[in-house]
Amino acid sequence: MPAEAAAKGGSEPQTHPEGKPDAEELLKLYREMLLIRRFEEKAGQLYGMGLIAGFCHLYIGQEAVVTGLQACAKDQDSVITTYRDHGHMLAKGMDPKGVMAELTGRIGGYSRGKGGSMHMFSVEKRFFGGHGIVGASVPLGTGLAFAHKYRGDGGLNFCYFGDGAANQGQVYEAFNMASLWKLPIIYVIENNRYAMGTSLQRASATTELYRRGEAFGIPGMPVDGMDVLAVKKAGEEVTAYVREGNGPYVMELNTYRYRGHSMSDPAKYRSKEEVASYRKEHDPIDGLRSYMEQHGIGDEASFKAIDKEIKEIVNEAAEFAQTSPEPDPSELWTDVLIEA
Amino acid sequence: MPIQILMPALSPTMTEGKLAKWAKKEGDKVASGDVLCEIETDKATMEVEAVDEGILGRILVPDGTENVAVNSPIALLLAEGEDASALDAAAAPGEAAAPPAAAAAPASTPAPKELPVAAPPPVEEYTGPTAKMTVREALRDAMAEEMRRDQEVILLGEEVAQYQGAYKVSQGLLDEFGDKRVIDTPITEMGFAGLGVGAAMLGMKPIVEFMTFNFAMQAIDQILNSAAKTLYMAGGKLGAPIVFRGPNGAAARVAAQHSQCYASWYAHCPGLKVVAPWSGADAKGLMKSAIRDPNPVIVLENEIMYGQHFEVPTDPEFLIPIGRAKIERPGKDVTITAFSRMVGVALEAAKQLEAEGIDAEVINLRSLRPLDVDAIVTSVKKTNRIVSVEEGWPVAGMGSEIAAMMMEEAFDWLDAPVVRVCGADVPMPYAANLEKLAIPQPETVVQAAKSVCYR
Ligand SMILES: Cc1ncc(C[n+]2csc(CCOP(=O)(O)OP(=O)(O)O)c2C)c(N)n1
Ligand SMILES: [Mg+2]
Repeated sequence: MPAEAAAKGGSEPQTHPEGKPDAEELLKLYREMLLIRRFEEKAGQLYGMGLIAGFCHLYIGQEAVVTGLQACAKDQDSVITTYRDHGHMLAKGMDPKGVMAELTGRIGGYSRGKGGSMHMFSVEKRFFGGHGIVGASVPLGTGLAFAHKYRGDGGLNFCYFGDGAANQGQVYEAFNMASLWKLPIIYVIENNRYAMGTSLQRASATTELYRRGEAFGIPGMPVDGMDVLAVKKAGEEVTAYVREGNGPYVMELNTYRYRGHSMSDPAKYRSKEEVASYRKEHDPIDGLRSYMEQHGIGDEASFKAIDKEIKEIVNEAAEFAQTSPEPDPSELWTDVLIEA
Repeated sequence: MPIQILMPALSPTMTEGKLAKWAKKEGDKVASGDVLCEIETDKATMEVEAVDEGILGRILVPDGTENVAVNSPIALLLAEGEDASALDAAAAPGEAAAPPAAAAAPASTPAPKELPVAAPPPVEEYTGPTAKMTVREALRDAMAEEMRRDQEVILLGEEVAQYQGAYKVSQGLLDEFGDKRVIDTPITEMGFAGLGVGAAMLGMKPIVEFMTFNFAMQAIDQILNSAAKTLYMAGGKLGAPIVFRGPNGAAARVAAQHSQCYASWYAHCPGLKVVAPWSGADAKGLMKSAIRDPNPVIVLENEIMYGQHFEVPTDPEFLIPIGRAKIERPGKDVTITAFSRMVGVALEAAKQLEAEGIDAEVINLRSLRPLDVDAIVTSVKKTNRIVSVEEGWPVAGMGSEIAAMMMEEAFDWLDAPVVRVCGADVPMPYAANLEKLAIPQPETVVQAAKSVCYR
């Protein structure tokens, strides 16, 4: 896909699978994106109520990225990401209750309350965090890919990171090894156009991030990250390429975060109009819904039913996150080392 | 005189080796570069080449000899025309060049006394004008004043310019000094820390802001290997006048990767100076001294302190000397040392102790390298008891160093063992209740102070 088309995006999905759209699949994508959206809105509310503290980075606006790619994933594939991780966990099938309870720092959380918003893991679901240090998760993802290849488990790693992270030196150290050793990894650069308050243009000498692997012989592709069907289609191509043993791939997902960088960011570095235009014209959830309506998939009643179902899941998660007790004080001293 | 050929060291750690085989015999002509013999160490076999020209006069160490000490003579080389009778004199024992006594250094090399023999003059009390402001503003003013004073001072880091600082410490600096001197960097800590050191090598005085010191770990190689060691490696010819600053220590509810005290990490390293301000005056005076200092200085700020108000000196020549502690509260029963935010915790503890009839002396260390041992010793000579307080982990922490210094410098004045109050020896937990347990609280300090008073 040409870079321009990808960058422009649009509420109308530009790419759709050949033939008749698969209603069930579209509904599933819709449902997953909506779950992330509503979950994050709830997290924002709980933060406002003082139930969640510290850093809390919401994924609102970027839902199509992880939803579209996860639709191309197999169970054995692993995922690693940054601190903006709630959406990835939900897409990976982790329990919203466990995620929300981690946000509130309770024993029922994925890290028993010890990790918080930025640090959750599920070996079972092959989700490897949740990392707070910008750039550091990229070599880690490369190591996961190394293990996939070494063990021949047929899995690949989806390694998500931001446009800002793409400038860290260790990213390129990892690229080199991944290409050298033909590791099964997709570097997913979630280009939401800002790293905190710094726009891509102010931080990057070259802004076509999908080309960042060129020096290492890694192919790349820009994708409209506001269009879940475009993401899925690109994901299918790229996962096939990587699964064939061709080595790493760089995908640049052009997307946008609606909220501030974290809860304490007033986001004065961008205009209200810019945010509004993304919300109105490029929203991934609205976009998919209107596409479905055009194709006569789902009616008012079925969308209402999904809404209601999601609301219940999220409310249940929030309820659990408030009733699950704080960890016992003795937990302070556990999990530092494994007894050996 | 024949030339002695010595057993060479083939690696920095080699002390002896086996002379495996001679490639030349006595009487052979030797040109420089010729292989003389083969030597084996536990790691490798190496050929030894001749440096000088001549005739191999005598082999002193035959083939197959084990444990030949480095630097002991293994052969004698006769110069062109030199008589073989010269060999006996040269081979006489005792005349051999004595190998340097490798293990002769005493178990502990006495450190050069950093303390002047006489007590240093007291730090002068500032009596000039002050204004009430936050620690954040004090830091900003310190940078602004020094930037006005010296064109070579620049500020660079993530979000320092347009965003006015991730924690708003650099508020207004872009407006006043422009984007040539207040520079937003990409998220590339190793890169911009190294760039700062390079600029400092050419005489600039960069202030490198780390959004928090947690991220300085990406750059710690540049801080130590490039900034801290260059002066020494250059024999004093080239240094790096640079300031690395940013919030350090436990922040609130941000979990393990974003909440940690690096005081003892940096205080460990020769070639650095390390300061950790508590009050607004500390922040301003130490920051200004750090910027003027010709060495790399680490300024460990604290995010939780940024919003707290203090009376702060406004005289642009107000400086706090690096290396000097301050007695924040005089007392006679027990000494409590602390730095950064923990000074406030120690003062709160002192208040509670007063209610129980214990008069604590609280020392604000201000500077962690050099550490004002003299001030601590003077206090302990009065109180005979000491508690050290820090947020960092106990193992090899600042408190460990203070305890050791008290053993060395104040042993006879101690009436109780030194007690350390530290952060819990675990990564920082996220959960509110666990986090509180992990960070020293005034009550913990009170308990510790009572215990050294045997109460
Ligand atoms: C090494 C390091 N430096 C700085 C930070 C502080 N920080 C956290 S997120 C962030 C911006 C990252 O932006 P980007 O990579 O674009 O990801 P996004 O937040 O947009 O998802 C920064 C500077 C950090 N966590 N780690
Ligand atoms: Mg970004």
